[in-house]
Amino acid sequence: MILKVVDLTKYFPVQQSFLERLLSMRTDYVKAVDGINFDVEKGEVFSIAGESGCGKTTTGRLIVRLIEPTDGRIFFKQTEITSPKGEELRKLRKHIQIIFQNPYASLNPQMKIGDAVGHPLEIHGMAFGKDREQLVVEMLEKVGLQPTGKFYGAYPHELSGGERQRAAIARAMILNPDFIVADEPISMIDVSLRAKILELMNQLKHELNLTYLFITHDLAVAKYISDKIAIMYLGKIVEMGRKDAVFSQPKHPYTIALLSAIGIPNPKMKRKHVELKGEVPSPINPPSGCRFHPRCPMATDICSKVEPDLLDLKNGHLVACHSIR
Amino acid sequence: MAEGLLRIENLKVYYYTRDGVARAVDNVGFSMRKGETVGVVGESGSGKSTLGLAILKLVPPPGRIVDGKMFFQTIDLTDLDEKEMQKIRGKEISMIFQDPTTSLSPLMKIGDHLIETIIAHERVTRREAEEKALSLLEDVGILPERFNDYPHQFSGGMRQRVGIALALALNPDLVIADEPTSSLDVIVQCQILDLMMKLKKLYDMGMILVTHDIGLVPEISDKIALMYAGQIVEFADINSFFEEPLHPYAEALLDSVPNIQLSDQKLRYITGNPPDLVNPPSGCRFNPRCPHAVKECREKEPPIIHPEPGRVVKCFRYEERSDED
Repeated sequence: MILKVVDLTKYFPVQQSFLERLLSMRTDYVKAVDGINFDVEKGEVFSIAGESGCGKTTTGRLIVRLIEPTDGRIFFKQTEITSPKGEELRKLRKHIQIIFQNPYASLNPQMKIGDAVGHPLEIHGMAFGKDREQLVVEMLEKVGLQPTGKFYGAYPHELSGGERQRAAIARAMILNPDFIVADEPISMIDVSLRAKILELMNQLKHELNLTYLFITHDLAVAKYISDKIAIMYLGKIVEMGRKDAVFSQPKHPYTIALLSAIGIPNPKMKRKHVELKGEVPSPINPPSGCRFHPRCPMATDICSKVEPDLLDLKNGHLVACHSIR
Repeated sequence: MAEGLLRIENLKVYYYTRDGVARAVDNVGFSMRKGETVGVVGESGSGKSTLGLAILKLVPPPGRIVDGKMFFQTIDLTDLDEKEMQKIRGKEISMIFQDPTTSLSPLMKIGDHLIETIIAHERVTRREAEEKALSLLEDVGILPERFNDYPHQFSGGMRQRVGIALALALNPDLVIADEPTSSLDVIVQCQILDLMMKLKKLYDMGMILVTHDIGLVPEISDKIALMYAGQIVEFADINSFFEEPLHPYAEALLDSVPNIQLSDQKLRYITGNPPDLVNPPSGCRFNPRCPHAVKECREKEPPIIHPEPGRVVKCFRYEERSDED
């Protein structure tokens, strides 16, 4: 096991005006991630999928320690990484890296690609000057930014979206990390270039012996790339398991509805829509009991009162639903 | 042409930018019948949105319709001046925009949006307009008590319902929907598409669905127009297109999109980058990325070929290629 997450929780205080603060003592919180547990095995691709606001991106940022958890613990290779700060945190970053969604925002526009990719080597004191250059060129080759001479000296604005994301991937991989959090790495990229980025990530995973936490809203992409998947809804994991189990026998009513809503690029395969009422409620005051109950076609009395636990159905296929027992 | 709704011939829309002339729509033609839905599919920069805007003559400067004819029923839209176009917009041809947050005025109640549109085009009293507005809201699934709410009080999906009600307000014969669900989550996207299909039948309209997501097209469209670098490379009936795409780009694109219904799918990817519209490749614009390209493809622009009635493909080699398989 390379990563273990225990009761991970993140509440963001809702910004209030000065007057509101004077008048009321209460602060509201956005319960972005609310007590989630999962393990990631070495060498696998673990996907977190869900709609906007489900907490998937916050989870990724918590694991890379870009933000502090409100509660819960994170273990990386048996070591707790919930609290390190300063030097210790910097060392951790060598092992855990992140690829952001938007390659137009994640690369410094004033930095040449070669310098951006090589920057982490300097920060971590791993290589300078000619050595650094050598490593960067090798990395650019690996991610397919060839001829490397041209890309090394290019600025981000000279690159296409796909090429920028390759540069961002190169930067994440240059420290030779063990674990990569990929937050929607293809959603901002042209359709015709997406498959190639996925293929590249797959190939690098084998070459560099990596483990991925893959965050996506696109279940078809999750199905293609992952070994295991967790479906999140309003800060909770509602279903989790091996890819084949979750996709071929989805159990949670939310997973079923989500899968039925996806467009299929083939007119012969008709989807059966599961109609869901309304939209995702606010994470500030999420519904009581099971958070999905106001929209659930199978909801009964208990669902609004008691929060369902995430229980193992069989062989690590976990579902949090009262109607599945 | 008794049933003809729209016929576009040799349409050219160019943007005169500082960097040169970007040929966003370059010699595009297709026709559609009353009540038909055509899915216009392409990547960013393929010219699909410009095509949609051009039909309403809403191309923003420095863009201009340079050449071509656009027959709506029997009227040539290219002949009309701005004043005459205003009578067409909304009343005969209307538009659903991608982001209803920006297409609705934040200072106006949603009921007033509808009333204003109705009064601007029809000789009715405010009272009658109000009744019409209420029935439109009912059609799109918005409760009458929300008549006096402002756009910010609505969720993304509900705002798009308002956008749809606005587009339908004057009973147009043709609706152009430009990425109507791209800013929505899958489940809401599915609700909106279902609603659009229902209303299309109810109001007996033709529709042009502009989208980058080829997975949405089979369910909602009768025909598909696939665009690449400002040109329609294939135009076909939905079933024949998905059964046997004729253009190499169409084939490659379909093979590069993950399909949720398939297990162990092998994705193929398209090499290279989408072309620059200011300096498109000579000959066939897809030739640098095409696995089947020969000398001819690099030198001459491929003709528009009609392999069967109602089908168009812009490729020299489509016939030989289907023999190769």
